[in-house]
Parts: sequence; C-alpha cells; structure tokens
Amino acid sequence: MSIQASIEDKLQALEPTYLQVENESHMHNVPADSETHFKVTLVSPRFQGLMPVKRHQQIYAALAEELSGPVHALALHLYTPEEWQARGGGRPDSPHCRGGGGS
Amino acid sequence: MSTTTETIQKQIRENPILIYMKGTPQLPQCGFSAQTVQALMACGERFAFVNVLDNPDIRAELPKVANWPTFPQLWVEGELVGGCDIVVEMYQNGELEPLIKDAAARAQASDEQSDS
Repeated sequence: MSIQASIEDKLQALEPTYLQVENESHMHNVPADSETHFKVTLVSPRFQGLMPVKRHQQIYAALAEELSGPVHALALHLYTPEEWQARGGGRPDSPHCRGGGGS
Repeated sequence: MSTTTETIQKQIRENPILIYMKGTPQLPQCGFSAQTVQALMACGERFAFVNVLDNPDIRAELPKVANWPTFPQLWVEGELVGGCDIVVEMYQNGELEPLIKDAAARAQASDEQSDS
C-alpha cells in the first residue's frame, strides 16, 4: 500500500465527514514520486471543543508510524463540520520549500 | 553536564516566547519555519529561537518531549502553542498578537519585580 493510501486508511479512525490527503512532495527538494510531504484536510465532529494542539496530537497519534519513518512534513488543517461550513470549504495553501532539512 | 531533555526543559521554562525552527528568523531554511517566524515577528515582541538544524540532539529529542513530531514549534509560557498551521491561522484570525503581547508584558513585569 502506498503511504498516501495508508494515511487515508488510518485517518478513518477519526470518523471524518470530509478527508483530503494531498501529496505535496513535488514542491520540495526530494526525488520524483516521493511520499515525504503531505497535507491533510480533515473535518470531524470529534474536534468539537478541542484546542488546535489537541486536534493535531490526535492525528499525530494515528500516524505515529508514518511520522517516525518516511513522512517528513505533515500540514494539518482540521475543522469541525461547523467551522468547515463557515470557511466555505477552503483550506490554506502550503508554503514553498526553502531547501533546509534534508533527511 | 545536562541531558538534552533537561536542556529543552530549561529553554522552555526560561524563555516565555520561544520558537524551535529550521534556520534563523533572518534566514529560515524551511517554508513552514519561515511562515511561522514571520507571523511571530509581526507581533512586534522579542522572542528566543533555537535553530534545530544546528542542534541535532534537540531536533531528535524535542518531538518526544513535546508529543509533537515536526518543526517549527512555538512555545509560550511553557505551553506548546503549535506549529505552522496553527500559528499562521491564529495570526490571521487575530489571536496570536494578544497571546504574544500578554506573555511579553507578564515577562517584563516579573523581570522588574526581581530587579527591585
């Protein structure tokens, strides 16, 4: 299974009403077809009443295996269904790479 | 000689506004660190930074201490505020500046108290 598919699979545990996993590795200083940089947009009623840090930590717990291995960057945009509706269903763009970091 | 974990805990305790980042505020070496430090600088207060690219021990250890796997990380008054996504969103919706200003004001007040 690709890393992208495995991320999508594991995030089902958060009961998303909307889930988008984007491979943004091509925006970074890595070989073609890498699976290192991802952006996740996830909407779930389970984020209700949780501060941003706690929401992110739920994702990190679900993806601990990927983050300790192949995945180098994970942008997270996490909303409750109400917040998602209020934003009109948009998520911010990720920044451009600046060359640092490496492995 | 202190362990890396002790060093990290001391940094977090002693610096009311602290960012762990890749590169420096003047020369960030990662787009996420660049966006985050830019939002922080726009708040107009002094802050401390640690370049994790120069400190591989901290880079390896902090994710475990913080239960947060990536950089940058913004810490205010001993609490993890978040990484790029959270900090930039807080800046855009106007929550970051009061948080930073309040922390800076409290730090200054406690400095003056200990000087007198």
